[in-house]
Amino acid sequence: MSEPTAMESTKPTRLTKPTKLSGPAKTDRDTGTGKEPGTAAGASRGRRSPALVAGCVLVGLIVAIALVSLFWVPYAPDDTSGGRLVPPGLPHLLGTDKLGRDLLTQLMTGARIALEAGLGAIAIGAALGVCAGLAAGFATRWLDDTLSTLLDVLIAFPTLLLAMLMVAARSASLGTAVLAIGFAMTAVIARLTRILVKRVLALDYITAARTSGTSWPRVITGHVLPNIWPTLVVNLAQQFGLAVMAEASLSFLGLGAPPPNASWGRMLHEAQATVFTAPTGVVAPGVLLVMLVVGVNLIADGLRDTLDPTRRRTR
Amino acid sequence: MISYLLRRLAFLAGSLFLAGVVIFLLLRTLPGDPANSLLAVGASPEQIAAARHEIGSDRPLPEQFVTWLHQLATFDLGNSFISTLPVGPEITSRLDVTVPLTLLSFVLAVLIAVPVGFVAAHRSATWYGTLISGISQLGIAVPVFWIGMILITVFALQLGVLPAGGFPQDGWAEPGEALTSLALPVITVALVMSASLIRYVRSAALDVLGSDYLRTARALGSSFGRAMWRHGLRNGAVPVVSVLAIELATTLLGAVVVETVFALPGLGSMLAQAVAQHDYPTVQGVLFVSTFAVLVIGFLGDIAQRLIDPRLRGRLSGGAR
Repeated sequence: MSEPTAMESTKPTRLTKPTKLSGPAKTDRDTGTGKEPGTAAGASRGRRSPALVAGCVLVGLIVAIALVSLFWVPYAPDDTSGGRLVPPGLPHLLGTDKLGRDLLTQLMTGARIALEAGLGAIAIGAALGVCAGLAAGFATRWLDDTLSTLLDVLIAFPTLLLAMLMVAARSASLGTAVLAIGFAMTAVIARLTRILVKRVLALDYITAARTSGTSWPRVITGHVLPNIWPTLVVNLAQQFGLAVMAEASLSFLGLGAPPPNASWGRMLHEAQATVFTAPTGVVAPGVLLVMLVVGVNLIADGLRDTLDPTRRRTR
Repeated sequence: MISYLLRRLAFLAGSLFLAGVVIFLLLRTLPGDPANSLLAVGASPEQIAAARHEIGSDRPLPEQFVTWLHQLATFDLGNSFISTLPVGPEITSRLDVTVPLTLLSFVLAVLIAVPVGFVAAHRSATWYGTLISGISQLGIAVPVFWIGMILITVFALQLGVLPAGGFPQDGWAEPGEALTSLALPVITVALVMSASLIRYVRSAALDVLGSDYLRTARALGSSFGRAMWRHGLRNGAVPVVSVLAIELATTLLGAVVVETVFALPGLGSMLAQAVAQHDYPTVQGVLFVSTFAVLVIGFLGDIAQRLIDPRLRGRLSGGAR
């Protein structure tokens, strides 16, 4: 996700003037850990974060499943020739559902849909939210007040409700769900960005940069963004997990991607009636969903520990 | 404190107005005409025009907006497209299920999370301290409807000790029966909610346990329990209360999914159904009422924080910012 040097980007609280790509000849920024001579050591230490490794393994598995499903699935998603509620075994490894569709096939395409939903929502939320947050952070007082009040109200609208509102106005599809979840996320990301920007702008080195003639665009790209991105990335990872969960909830309510797209949420809803005759239908999508969300949360925790030097000690 | 209350109330009123605007704009500006949901496929243009006239979607947006504001001010939320009954009374009767569900889950979650979170912090070095953290980490990743389905399978279908869903027809006339039918939904929501609460309680407790004032109190001869009671509780409560308000609001809205799983006639299942049927008046009515509830909960949370911690009183909103 990043070149190792960027991992060393400094926290806003540091008074030394940070540069975007701080080279290995670094000063005493990491006095807390004290034994990190250069970026290489810092990076390898980051890679050893157990949470990050575990998270990458879990998410990697789901990504691998999704990638395979792009090229090969055991059966067509709407192939019902195998008979209804076939127990796990050959030729249907995980059995079939109440309509006779192959469960493994649905699980594999479901992985793809879950990832698409998460990535799509994050992309929308990050693009809109970071811009709005930057604008509010730099704006004059009254504009900032207006924007942050608006954000406070928007945050009171939970993701799921906003998504349902949009589904009500449009129709149920993966696109609507992703768009809605992304919009709902925007407020949270914008508010975080605004707070981070404000915090950085209050620091002395920004004043120093401005008085020495650096233009605002350069201050943003050279000082503000490098300082806020570690926190933002961690937050985006957490939001990714929430987005996956929101998509599953929408699909569970029948408001997500319509058939024959197999979403884990819809699979769970459909398997609810046959939980005794075909327990795999309830267990398998749930386990994959939990794996993905736990994995993403672990990555977020691991990244936070790796990117934020002040947290390394407390771990 | 009085001036703070007044300013916070003004903020609440402003937010409510904004929420009304947002709901109105989102439903009106997104593509799709509400009149279409009144009619069957293949309706003639005249029929569509008549339907548009009937529900008022042919009038200019500002006029529609004034109508909507007037409706809100008089607590008349219009009539449902589908049942043609007024939305307001329907919402009130649905609250009989949703409010007890939310509050009971909330109380149960706090009763679980506060002691467990405290133990996880106090004994963070032991195996069960780690186990608690691990379980709560897993718990926040489990979708609420999945827990619900598994609880139904075990307790309703396998053991047969609790009903799998539904709610008595005559509501709370039989309190025992109503409570039994809420048992599994409440446990479901409380489990999910306490998983995330435990993390906040744990981190607040860790802060308090490592604080200088607690050590000083202990050094002055205060017992651990007394020091926690006099100093720790108040300090640890501030961040937890701000999270509690958010969690309570989330639970209210998480009700959408839970009520669907357990076939409860609450606000959430009303919304889910209205969305599926494109029943605009119901959707905007339920959304406004739930946003109203969320904003009021946030208001109460902010007031509670300032009652606990006088240092916050100068700041307008939020303790967690």
